Amino acid sequence: MRNKRMSETKYSIILPTYNESENLPLIIWLIIKHMESENFEVIIVDDNSPDGTTQVALELQKIYGKEKIVVTGREKKLGLGSAYIHGMKFAKGDFVIIMDADLSHHPKFIEQFIQKQKEKNYDIVTGTRYAGDGGVHGWNIKRKAISRTANYVTQVLLRPGVSDLTGSFRLYKKRVLEKLVESCISKGYVFQMEMMVRANQFGFSVGEVPISFVDRQFGESKLGGNEIFQFLKGLLYLFSTT
Amino acid sequence: MTKLAQWLFGITLFLSIWLALLKDLTPIKVTDENFLWISLIPVGLIALFGIISLIIIAYRVSTFNNCDEAAKELLKEIDEAKKDLATKGFKFK
Ligand SMILES: Nc1nc2c(ncn2[C@@H]2O[C@H](COP(=O)(O)OP(=O)(O)OP(=O)(O)O)[C@@H](O)[C@H]2O)c(=O)[nH]1
Ligand SMILES: [Mg+2]
Repeated sequence: MRNKRMSETKYSIILPTYNESENLPLIIWLIIKHMESENFEVIIVDDNSPDGTTQVALELQKIYGKEKIVVTGREKKLGLGSAYIHGMKFAKGDFVIIMDADLSHHPKFIEQFIQKQKEKNYDIVTGTRYAGDGGVHGWNIKRKAISRTANYVTQVLLRPGVSDLTGSFRLYKKRVLEKLVESCISKGYVFQMEMMVRANQFGFSVGEVPISFVDRQFGESKLGGNEIFQFLKGLLYLFSTT
Repeated sequence: MTKLAQWLFGITLFLSIWLALLKDLTPIKVTDENFLWISLIPVGLIALFGIISLIIIAYRVSTFNNCDEAAKELLKEIDEAKKDLATKGFKFK
């Protein structure tokens, strides 16, 4: 017998997908497994992936029910930032969790985010690869060096008050996320950074939970070679405007 | 004040103090002996900052956790997931 729910707080997990038909069933299964004791829904935002991710999503919906799995999306690939905004419109929870669908973000950490949030009633809880037991798997020394350097430069120039600015595994109070999304104008990669910088500006409180980031096993990366250029551009933009 | 403005403010403040020192406008008197050292202060600070930064980054790269356990555990869970989903009638492509 399942225990009676501790509280009726509801959590909405937004899962943006593009060509994740291999990963989607696995991530959903993991979420269901690790969120057993919580009241939650998963909102899959699929941008009409050519590999049939939407059909997979609908099949999973049949298995787990419409209460748990909400399937939505756009006609074509419109980018990650706007996928969050789209998903948020469907969120019925008090809190919104944002994560990647490629198994880099393990759902077991969501419970830790939730406990962290309750500790000090944080507005935001962010996963961090750069502190405590956090880390990465499948990165060579070059990638680690680039990542650490980029993070260091960002810390020195922006002093954002959080250790992982570019990660996208986070929990937000719903109205906090709404406010942030409204005021962030960056696209793609830089969007995550701007969200945290603005959060700092608005005085939102942010808790951190160390996470292990395991590089994707299936499917292809959507972020291409000009990642570093995008990062520098975004950094300069935030440096000179915030 | 933006971060850029804060940096410009800080740099300007520092340069004015340094120039005042160099032009002998402060109680610390410039002599033939210390002139070279005083004129090298900015370069020295930049070099120091660079070296400290490199040490910090090198340390952080070398202590960046590898999470091998997490990866192993994930692979195990993926296996479980595939089996369980199959029994629930899900068809993998
Ligand atoms: N709906 C939607 N989802 C997207 C889009 N671009 C990326 N995604 C999803 O967003 C998440 C993160 O994208 P990734 O390609 O994994 O980006 P990344 O994590 O920086 O790069 P890698 O993990 O190295 O591949 C994944 O779940 C993608 O499927 C998009 O345009 N629309
Ligand atoms: Mg990824």
